[in-house]
Amino acid sequence: MDVIISFCTALVALLICLQVTVLLLWIERKGSALIQDRVGANRANLFGGLLPFNLGIVNTMMADPLKLLTKEDIVPAAADRLLHWLAPWVAVFPLFLTFAVVPFGDVIVVGGREINLQAVALSGGILFVLAMVSLGVYGVIVGGWASNSRYAFLGSVRGSAQMISYEIAMGLALVSVVLTYGTLDLQEIARLQGRLMWGVVPAWGVFYQPIAFVLLFIAGIAESKRAPFDLPEAESELVAGFQTEYSGSKMSMFMMSDFIEVAIIAALTTTLFFGGWQVPFLYRDGFHFPGGLTVAIPSLIVTLLQIVSFLVKVFVFCWIQILIRWSLPRLRYDQLMAFGWKKLLPVGLANVAASAVLGLLLEGWTRT
Amino acid sequence: MDPDVILFWVVAVLSVASALTAVLHRNPVYCALALVMALFQVAVMFVALDAHLIALLQVIVYAGAIVVLFLFVIMLLSLEPDAPPRGRYGMRAASIMIAVVLGVEIGTAALISEPGAPFRVPFDFGSTRMVAQSLFTEHLLPFELTSVLLLVAMIGAVVMARRRA
Repeated sequence: MDVIISFCTALVALLICLQVTVLLLWIERKGSALIQDRVGANRANLFGGLLPFNLGIVNTMMADPLKLLTKEDIVPAAADRLLHWLAPWVAVFPLFLTFAVVPFGDVIVVGGREINLQAVALSGGILFVLAMVSLGVYGVIVGGWASNSRYAFLGSVRGSAQMISYEIAMGLALVSVVLTYGTLDLQEIARLQGRLMWGVVPAWGVFYQPIAFVLLFIAGIAESKRAPFDLPEAESELVAGFQTEYSGSKMSMFMMSDFIEVAIIAALTTTLFFGGWQVPFLYRDGFHFPGGLTVAIPSLIVTLLQIVSFLVKVFVFCWIQILIRWSLPRLRYDQLMAFGWKKLLPVGLANVAASAVLGLLLEGWTRT
Repeated sequence: MDPDVILFWVVAVLSVASALTAVLHRNPVYCALALVMALFQVAVMFVALDAHLIALLQVIVYAGAIVVLFLFVIMLLSLEPDAPPRGRYGMRAASIMIAVVLGVEIGTAALISEPGAPFRVPFDFGSTRMVAQSLFTEHLLPFELTSVLLLVAMIGAVVMARRRA
């Protein structure tokens, strides 16, 4: 029975990851069109436009992956065949695992059995996320090197330097969050955000660690290699950067890894700074509004509300990332490095020091 | 057979194989990637020993950062496969001697220890709390000395980079 439950929670986590990814594919195409005042993907339409509305969302989501998966797979003659084949898998696989530690709901009790709505309840959840995200860089390096092409190689060298640099800012942001909550467990962090400050404001992480939130979000966008940090693939300079020599399904895997990274950054931001699956004032037995108003709700609906709340927050942050990607111009490489090392790093260090001092002064300030 | 034992043998064989690849392969990029594989297998061993924190740190620090920098340097120097070894022979002799000493050490440890004797550790051995507690109480001085050492190395790197520029 335990095995079945673990299997189900893992499956749900994987499906959330996959579905968010596929939806992002459509949201990005339509969203960019919206921002650039175009119509966007409208060719894939069921029944040749006989319907009064466009079923584009269904079709784009099916047509795009189908098209990519059935295209010819071209491997350059001078490429290192083994590593060229391996790189997309290396890029995608660790990112899938990341969602295993992200909690998407509270513990539910079904038939006297407690089920934790998190695929793997790892005590070092934050470290696991950091480890998996840091492995994503291998796909970029190996892919660019194995292609044996100047553009691809330049892209992968840029990518590895960029990802290592911004990981530091990301790590420092996570350290200050850990100092605030005193735990590395993501489920525990989400649960701690269910309390109220002064009886009215939900005690979300963003109110305790606003600087860490900004740091993590910026570093996260840099990790996902999207504009304004898309130097590894900079299409106006490097064709497509590290994935220049990839086509068909392998290229689609690199593309998917980008979208999963967007989803991971959104999920991480949600869990650490915006209450995770928490709905303000919603507890296990229903709503308790400040002022004494109470609305009782059955526990199954509470769980559903939590999952919906988590997904809504994740999509909001995905959308913000898409907005940023389509509105900001690309940084120059020296700007990128200067920003990471001379701005984010000192701010991150100062934030860690401030969090540590404040944490000591107001002993248990977040635990009250 | 106990699943733990099966896991151990799979990981042990894989780790030795990838370590050998790291040493013997002619292409430096393959060597670095094999090194990552070997580090991974060691991380799995740590997980099997319930030392999750050490396993995660192993992946973050070694696989996620240090070997990436190795690869970065290898690629920038664009070392040719089949290039003659650049080091002097003294380096080779030293590494062989270190390997022999390590081998003898591990061999004697294996001979002395009682085979099949249960290895008793507290149940939360390797948890974040446990590691942090021993690090910041028992081993505070070595810990601080290590951080000073790293700081010195960092400052040294900056000074050398400045002199070149």
